[in-house]
Amino acid sequence: MNPSNYLYLSAILFSIGALGVLVRRNAIVVFMCVELMLNASNLAFVSFSRIHGTLDGQVIAFFVMVVAASEVVVGLAIIMTIFRTRRSASVDEANLLKY
Amino acid sequence: MTALLALVETTGNTGETIVFWVCAIIAVVGALGMLLSPKAVHSALFIASTMISLAVLYVSLSAPFLGMTQIVVYTGAVMMLFLFVLMIVGVDSSDSLIETIKGQRVLSIVFALGFAGLLIAGIGSATFSVQGVDVANTVDGGNVQGIAHLIFGRYVLAFEVTSALLITAALGAMVLAHRERHTPRLTQRQLSEARVRGGSPQNLPGPGVYARHNAVGTPALLPDGTPTDRSVPETLRGVSAAVGVDHEDTARVIALAAGGHAVGPTTDEGGES
Repeated sequence: MNPSNYLYLSAILFSIGALGVLVRRNAIVVFMCVELMLNASNLAFVSFSRIHGTLDGQVIAFFVMVVAASEVVVGLAIIMTIFRTRRSASVDEANLLKY
Repeated sequence: MTALLALVETTGNTGETIVFWVCAIIAVVGALGMLLSPKAVHSALFIASTMISLAVLYVSLSAPFLGMTQIVVYTGAVMMLFLFVLMIVGVDSSDSLIETIKGQRVLSIVFALGFAGLLIAGIGSATFSVQGVDVANTVDGGNVQGIAHLIFGRYVLAFEVTSALLITAALGAMVLAHRERHTPRLTQRQLSEARVRGGSPQNLPGPGVYARHNAVGTPALLPDGTPTDRSVPETLRGVSAAVGVDHEDTARVIALAAGGHAVGPTTDEGGES
């Protein structure tokens, strides 16, 4: 099996995630898109680990998972705090720092 | 079909090829569904399917530990957290489809297509000599043992820093989600004393049940025909307009209770009788 197929899939998923971050307005969906980008990079790490024949890529992917999990915890807490004060989870609503 | 067969013949490892194509299609469809579905809950379910298919791909890439971790961490913990927050924030919070920045959507699509093209061109022009991770997996007696050897050997410092990161994240979530209580909590005795001395020790009126509304947010009518706020739960009192109370309807019911004729859209039905 040609390993570049996995890398193509990873590139496509990463681009879809980036498009979602740019286009979607709901903060939670934006967060899911960030998770998708992290997952795509994980797939690239794992397939590179197989290409190079070492386990280092898998270890890095494991660390990426840990970082993603803690990022989700803090990010969702921030979203909840914003929702509590503004009654909205839209990224357009929080614009006080703009002016 | 013949193209697929030719592909299978050229690539050799049949099972892995089939697994890859099935999971890749599910992953891309799930990602596109997450991107395109207007409701956040549907997005969550779509991305869960993407994550599960990625886990299967990890296993077929001979990384079984990461495959299991992917299922446990992502579909188990992260997506459940997402769904919890979605339920708190409100399932109905769908996106507004109005573009706030002019041309942003088109430019984003152009950017994403260009970025994907750049990556794919880069990958396409590279040549790979695949080593295969099976040798590295068997050195320490298995994939899990090999990863453990690396984590607690070469990457032990990064692992320690990771624990600090996790503790910081947990503390941060607690600080952010904590709501400070400014007044002490009232005891049961204080509550009952306040109720007896408040002038109305009886039960509060039940919710208003009308022909078209029986939600708890609908204010009840007192015997003299006036609507009372006290039947509405305290949390809904300020936002009763937002939970579907039709003030026009309430006014109409009051008019009916007072003996007058209903006004508004229902007059054509009520007027003939």
